[in-house]
Amino acid sequence: MHKNFQSLILTSMEEKWDIIITNRSKLFDIDFRELWRYRDLVLMYVKRDFITFYKQTILGPIWYFIQPIFTTIMFMFVFGGIAGISTDGVPQAVFYMGGLVCWNYFSDCFSRSNNVFSSNKGIFGKVYFPRLVVPIAGVISNLIKLGIQFSLFLAVYIYFICQGVHFNFNATVLLVPLLIVMMAALGLGTGMLISSLTIKYRDLNFLVSFGLSLLMYATPVIYPLSILKASHPQYLWVLLINPLTAILETFKYAFTGVGMFSWLYLLYSFVITTVLFIWGLLVFNRVQRNFMDVI
Amino acid sequence: MSNTVIDIDNVGKQYMLGTFGTGTLSHDLNRWWARMRGKEDPFLKIGDTNDRTKKGDSDFVWALRDISFKVEQGDVVGIIGKNGAGKSTLLKILSRVTSPTLGTIKIKGRLASLLEVGTGFHPEMTGRENIFMNGSIMGMTKQEIKRKFDEIVDFAGVAKYVDTPVKRYSSGMMVRLGFAVAAHLEPEILVVDEVLAVGDAEFQKKAVGKMQDVAQSEGRTVLFVSHNMAAVRSLCTRGVVLKNGMVDFMGSVPDSLAHYLKNDDETRKDLIINNVKSTKYSLKVSNIEINGTKEANSTIRNGQEFIDVLIEGTTSEPLTYDVMLIFKTKDGMPLATYALGHYEGELVHCPKGDFTIQRKIALPKILTKGIICVDLFLHHPMVEYQLKAPNCCVLECEGFQKGFGSAMDQSNNGFMGLEDFK
Ligand SMILES: Nc1ncnc2c1ncn2[C@@H]1O[C@H](COP(=O)(O)OP(=O)(O)OP(=O)(O)O)[C@@H](O)[C@H]1O
Ligand SMILES: [Mg+2]
Repeated sequence: MHKNFQSLILTSMEEKWDIIITNRSKLFDIDFRELWRYRDLVLMYVKRDFITFYKQTILGPIWYFIQPIFTTIMFMFVFGGIAGISTDGVPQAVFYMGGLVCWNYFSDCFSRSNNVFSSNKGIFGKVYFPRLVVPIAGVISNLIKLGIQFSLFLAVYIYFICQGVHFNFNATVLLVPLLIVMMAALGLGTGMLISSLTIKYRDLNFLVSFGLSLLMYATPVIYPLSILKASHPQYLWVLLINPLTAILETFKYAFTGVGMFSWLYLLYSFVITTVLFIWGLLVFNRVQRNFMDVI
Repeated sequence: MSNTVIDIDNVGKQYMLGTFGTGTLSHDLNRWWARMRGKEDPFLKIGDTNDRTKKGDSDFVWALRDISFKVEQGDVVGIIGKNGAGKSTLLKILSRVTSPTLGTIKIKGRLASLLEVGTGFHPEMTGRENIFMNGSIMGMTKQEIKRKFDEIVDFAGVAKYVDTPVKRYSSGMMVRLGFAVAAHLEPEILVVDEVLAVGDAEFQKKAVGKMQDVAQSEGRTVLFVSHNMAAVRSLCTRGVVLKNGMVDFMGSVPDSLAHYLKNDDETRKDLIINNVKSTKYSLKVSNIEINGTKEANSTIRNGQEFIDVLIEGTTSEPLTYDVMLIFKTKDGMPLATYALGHYEGELVHCPKGDFTIQRKIALPKILTKGIICVDLFLHHPMVEYQLKAPNCCVLECEGFQKGFGSAMDQSNNGFMGLEDFK
């Protein structure tokens, strides 16, 4: 009784503090309200990405077009021409560019979040703001880049339609926004997850850039899943556990009608993406508190 | 409700020393394993206190340990300490750039910080863009920044360069701009680490003035780290002395400075005789006492009338010498000299063998409170030095006070007080 009374007094006298700094890290203490308060800064970061991208370049935004155009031409030459890999009857330009646009978005989101600490250590070492602002801004500025490249894809697509090529364009296209969100979440999640390791152990960086380029070949970017199914069915599982596979196949299916689209498989991909995203978020949140000590 | 705006409770920060490699990996695995079993972090118990001069055998070090103090609203707290004492670490934890290993800090209000040289600017962006960016990083809205923009540029004095990327700025200009942004944010708490050092004298004065304004007329709180004692003295209302990661002293600014300065010369040994830098080949000194002690630290009491000097030793040649003492402030400014040989031209001759030199130096009646450093010499003026012991001991003066009076401070009022002629 007496004790209760005392604690009552204590709580009523408790003062209101704006910031409490401790080392006790609860697992789920991401402050989303604070993040929302910093939305101006997210926009500022997006703007900064573009400003610093343009600075001291002559062609400026044109670079956003040059990269996919040339890579597509290269793919058409190497994989379509020399290696003779089939594209399931879809014009090569459309097939490769569609795959590339998606892959680029994922890998940009990934590297952006993976490099958050190393490329921002200057500013992170000087001032506090929610560190999540940076990878989120990265996803948004990459979204703009995706928009530009996607319109390039559409232009090529429409060009082929005008040329009389018939595509099995279908309602799956309504899933495209979801696919984009999934790619962003996957890139962000895995990037943040791996960033927590690469800060301290730099050799992982080599592994990561190497792994990323390998991952592209384990994702149906430059070949359709059906080819692999036909020629090397024993390796199909590698692609099937890769959550990106469903995203890319669905994307291609939506525009061309060929490809492997299955709700079940998309659901699998969605679950894996969500898990990786939340896991990445939690790990990032824990790591960002002390990373300045080890970088 | 009290006016405490910062409450630091038992804060500790452990760092790992050395480079990161396989060793780190094993520590990490250890730690992870302990956590998996629900045990406490095994490395929290070990680790040395942080004395950078001594080689420890642990891979861990406590850059801060058991730090507890409170800061009231409107306080201007000067944090002083030697290199590596943990000042910047404390400010980093306060600004949430890194988190404490132990303990809790509670803060009321918005906190803006300016840590170390080089601010959170992006080199490719112009000054204007960086002002907006930095402002919003510190939590200002765009409107607020717009309102303050001209004032900031004006204060920083970089009007000509606002549309140039900051990578083209000089380091002083960066600091000017960084300080200007931080100071104009109107934060409830302003945290400034040793940054003004890069600015020129004019800017330092301006910055100190601005901080004074911020504290006095706006009732905000300032935490200020500096090695510039004059700036600390003129700006701060409270002092905290850190030493090897722990609070060594806390109190008024003059007391803190005195405490810090008394102990800051790490080259000085504990005994006066060990501070002798050179002696003539023929001379062997066995004992030196100043102010009645062999220790290099002693106190001049209130009302003390003289200082004893005793030097004992042997000489293998006849000696012609004079005893000279120079009294200085901690900053090396001479205050007074005892050198009868100089003034009066009379030297002492002593045959070879053992000798004992004794002097009783009269002190002025009114001494102020503060630190006096002593240089001791035996010399034959204009001919040779037989013994050199610069900075061999420190006298802490209590200051003269009588009746209802109170001692005056050396740093503001000089070495001694004057009296009416009788
Ligand atoms: N990331 C780190 N890893 C390991 N040790 C560190 C790290 N950061 C700081 N330290 C150590 O912590 C101690 C305190 O450093 P801190 O920068 O706080 O000193 P300081 O009081 O600001 O010194 P100065 O007057 O030189 O600025 C130092 O011994 C330093 O070597
Ligand atoms: Mg420092």
